[in-house]
Amino acid sequence: MEALFNYGFFQRALLAGLFVALACAILGLFLLLRKDAMIGHGLAHVTFGGVALGLFLNVLPLATALVVAVLASWAIMKLKERAGLHGDTAIGIFSSVGMALGIALATIAGRFNADLLSYLFGDILAIDRLEVVLSLVLAAAVIIIILANYHRLMYLTFDRESAKASGVKTARLNLILTVLTSVTVVLGMKVVGILLVTALLVIPAAAALLLARSFKQALILSSLVAFLSVVGGLLAAFYLDLPASATVVLLSFFIFIVFFVRRRRRTV
Amino acid sequence: MTEARELIRLDGVSFQYGSFPVLDKVSFSIAQGDFLAILGPNGSGKTTLVKIVLGLIRPTRGRIDLMGRPVEEFKAWSKIGYVPQKASHIDPFFPATVREIVAMGLLSSRPPAGYRKKEEEQAITLALERVGMAAFKNRPIGDLSGGQQQRVIIARAIVNAPELLFLDEPTAGVDAATQELFYEMLYHLNEAQMITIILVTHDIGIVTKHVNKVACLNQRLVYHGTHTDFCRSEEFKTMLAAGHLVSHIH
Repeated sequence: MEALFNYGFFQRALLAGLFVALACAILGLFLLLRKDAMIGHGLAHVTFGGVALGLFLNVLPLATALVVAVLASWAIMKLKERAGLHGDTAIGIFSSVGMALGIALATIAGRFNADLLSYLFGDILAIDRLEVVLSLVLAAAVIIIILANYHRLMYLTFDRESAKASGVKTARLNLILTVLTSVTVVLGMKVVGILLVTALLVIPAAAALLLARSFKQALILSSLVAFLSVVGGLLAAFYLDLPASATVVLLSFFIFIVFFVRRRRRTV
Repeated sequence: MTEARELIRLDGVSFQYGSFPVLDKVSFSIAQGDFLAILGPNGSGKTTLVKIVLGLIRPTRGRIDLMGRPVEEFKAWSKIGYVPQKASHIDPFFPATVREIVAMGLLSSRPPAGYRKKEEEQAITLALERVGMAAFKNRPIGDLSGGQQQRVIIARAIVNAPELLFLDEPTAGVDAATQELFYEMLYHLNEAQMITIILVTHDIGIVTKHVNKVACLNQRLVYHGTHTDFCRSEEFKTMLAAGHLVSHIH
């Protein structure tokens, strides 16, 4: 196993996976507690449309996807506020449109289906240095912004109205969270694929919420589950010759089940 | 004798949801040291009025001054504590300790390094002591009873040593015995800590026992004055007869 950690491709996969997973685990906790768990899933679908648009227009797919995802997340937020729609309804509308756009553009162009598939499932073991750096920058940005606004974000998540009455700029914080989620989904999708990035936003945080007795503990547990899932999932993928995205998701689900059983034992 | 400082002034405040009027030209003021109860039937605009004063919603017409400044320009929000109507319906699965909940009120208005750990702990402990919850500091909020959770939310509202405390039907869903203890605690905060309290309630028990001012709303301001005059007024008899007031304190 030691030799495996000496391979450049494995080191890069591990680093990028861990950075993305950490960003997802921290953001995911806030999203779940705000009952916005599906926004990552929705934005990932929108991003798929954004990538297809970039490939269709022959401009940088990642940049196009980023612009489309940020615009879509802003539109979802506004649709919830102005049209009085529930969050999952607004997300459902935009995610379907994003996927439809991707499929339509791929069909019209008829030439970039293979590229699109790589975004859907990701290829963590084929990650280059630039993507590792991007992941590191993303994770650092998420952690710094979350730490700088830790109590305000926790207050907003726990009780939006009281937070606003205390002078917390709730609209600005909502926008920050939404943009961070969009950026995480887009970069994460390139690194680990749509399937994995949405799972990493939801499963580690959900597992942490089963056992955590404080907010700090929830953040640590969520990060730990993401960390174990990526390390264990990559090793399993290598030795069992399975797709890394799938093994990481399955391992995180296994940890979720272990936490669930432990919680049941604690409460019985 | 000097007159108490005016903390809130409402001048012709009106509000409507679409074409449905909720508040109509409400004007009154609240002075430092007041313990004011806002009474009125369901849908009379009590909660809306509190939200307007706190800047959570904008009035259709009228002006609100908070501590001498128009609410739109008011910045000293740490001088104001707020306990919302739904405070007794806390998500039991929210992973936060009592300490973390109170810290939200203290630290959300400051930069990350704006408070020293020791001062932070002292302020949190003091706020919890004032509501009798210091022993529960490290317990998860979801493990507490409704009355205990309510006290923690009040600790969060007073941790910044506010001058003004708003409570919107804070005892909804809390048993009668706990309510009485709770109101005693509010009375103490008003008397001993000199916190001005604005309380939205249906409970006539607290009106007759602890508050010193009453504002009675039914879209318009139908009464504003001392609680002793209110208890002799026609508005009081009308509200009592219509079942808009209940009593949990005997």
